[in-house]
Amino acid sequence: MLVEEKNALTEEIELMIKKLGKKRSALLSILHGIQMKHRHVSEYAQQEIARLLDIHPVEVFSVLSFYAFLNATPKGRNLVRICRTISCDMKGKDIIVRAIERELNMKIGHTTSDNKFTVEYVNCLGLCDEGPAMAINDQVFTKLTPEKAVKLLSKVK
Amino acid sequence: METKTKKRTGPVIFSGYERGTAIEKALNINREDILLEIRESKLRGRGGAGFPTSTKWMLTAAALSDEKFIICNADEGEPGTFKDRVLLIEYPELVFDGMVIAAHTIGAQKGIIYLRGEYEYLLKPLQEYLEGMRKDNFLGKDILGKKGFYFDITVFLGSGAYVCGEETALIESLEGQRGEARNRPPYPVNTGYMGKPTIVNNVETLASIPHIIIKGSEWYKKLGTGKSSGSKLFSVSGDCDKPGVYELPWGTKISELLELVSAKNTKAVQVGGASGFCYNKTQFDKALAYEDAATGGSIMIFNESRDMLRVLNNFMEFFVDESCGQCTPCRIGNVKLLEGVKMIQKGDYTFAYINKLKELGKSMQVASKCGLGQSSPNAFLSILENFNEEIFNRENGGTNEN
Ligand SMILES: Cc1cc2nc3c(=O)[nH]c(=O)nc-3n(C[C@H](O)[C@H](O)[C@H](O)COP(=O)(O)O)c2cc1C
Ligand code: SF4
Ligand code: FES
Repeated sequence: MLVEEKNALTEEIELMIKKLGKKRSALLSILHGIQMKHRHVSEYAQQEIARLLDIHPVEVFSVLSFYAFLNATPKGRNLVRICRTISCDMKGKDIIVRAIERELNMKIGHTTSDNKFTVEYVNCLGLCDEGPAMAINDQVFTKLTPEKAVKLLSKVK
Repeated sequence: METKTKKRTGPVIFSGYERGTAIEKALNINREDILLEIRESKLRGRGGAGFPTSTKWMLTAAALSDEKFIICNADEGEPGTFKDRVLLIEYPELVFDGMVIAAHTIGAQKGIIYLRGEYEYLLKPLQEYLEGMRKDNFLGKDILGKKGFYFDITVFLGSGAYVCGEETALIESLEGQRGEARNRPPYPVNTGYMGKPTIVNNVETLASIPHIIIKGSEWYKKLGTGKSSGSKLFSVSGDCDKPGVYELPWGTKISELLELVSAKNTKAVQVGGASGFCYNKTQFDKALAYEDAATGGSIMIFNESRDMLRVLNNFMEFFVDESCGQCTPCRIGNVKLLEGVKMIQKGDYTFAYINKLKELGKSMQVASKCGLGQSSPNAFLSILENFNEEIFNRENGGTNEN
């Protein structure tokens, strides 16, 4: 990591703390903010958050590791999450997954070699009446067919 | 996601409401009378546990503290539930007016809505809606001219953990901790967010309040059954022609609901999501109500073509994934139950061992620390019991491995 990058990250965290207040209850919102922007919360970021909130870095990692949507190592530039829960399963989530795996030449749970997509399973997205459902970053898509799913991915930058 | 095309109809929540009208009325009633009205309505929590709403409110109202909180539980993580999403998108006025009325009633200054991370796309619209409420003086200082009544609401985004829907885990999460359930007592009504008296209510519970204020408890109580008053939103998915959200009076039979949603050749209905119970054909005359087939609203329908072991496998994988790992019965128990399901799938099991697993399930129901581990064996026990023949008479290896 370059020094400028480190400084920028610290500044970002400082800014968030200024907005949210220097308190423990700000931790999850800070982690979320960093995750959104950088798609992971690096070890350096964890240390800086800990320092600026005056808590132990292990505390930060402990919280980070608890939540499914936060991660310490980077993922692909775009996160694709496919619902694996039973209502979507019955509507054919398996064929959607296979179509995406073929098209992107990868296996679910992994990242494409160009780092463009990470594709994962997720538990029920709350769109069960319109399954199969998936999320691409913070957008959701429903009533997928293999073709529709692949088309949606091809539109992603 | 599909946007609503036709107007929803229903006896209470979907019956039409003008923003702010219930707040206006409530501000002119004294607090004791609001509490009595809600007690008379017999409203119970819609998040699953069914705790009497008035008791929760009375306890927080009675607690002495300089600060109190109203938390709206929008974690909606139970598989097969999506009615809270519909309420937040289409009926925010009901949910937020309910929160303002709660604040007035118990003397709270701050409200928080805990929105599940999966609903991040609702964050901006909700924040904009709240901004509109501030502009129109439904939030902020001296609300609707009521001197000294200050209340504001913020949205907090979760990060993908089912257990955070449990109210004490939710509070931990809000405080910047791992979402691990607390021992209870103390209850949030005394020692909640930041150690202060706190109401945690489900989205739908809060959305019922404005209607009760406007139309009264007598009107509300006429709907439903003696022990389950009013109406309920059901999130219906699976094998039927018309899935979606339905508002029906409590006491509606499973068979009536199946007809309404045009379900054909139904073999099984899972009531209450992964943590609920699975019923077979002989049980479809059960009533959807707290005292019979209780549910937070998730209804999943399975037709004759479905493999119930695959269904059970899916539920158990969910619990293994979502157990917070804090207590042993749940952390280890769910793994053992899942292994058992896989053994049956492979045809590699003994009845002696399966019976042991059933005992384990019953122990988990009493020994787990929070509702997750207490309810996760429900599907295992009810599917093995109610679909016994299908499951144990299958060919070695089954048909449909997951
Ligand atoms: C594992 C688990 C998950 C839960 N998830 C939710 C949820 O997503 N939404 C909810 O309102 N209640 C959920 N609950 C119930 C809450 O603990 C609590 O009872 C409820 O929010 C109280 O509100 P109510 O009285 O209005 O129902 C969950 C409970 C458990 C044990
Ligand atoms: S029952 Fe499960 S989810 Fe609840 S505290 Fe124990 S391990 Fe955590
Ligand atoms: S089962 Fe897939 S969104 Fe609920």
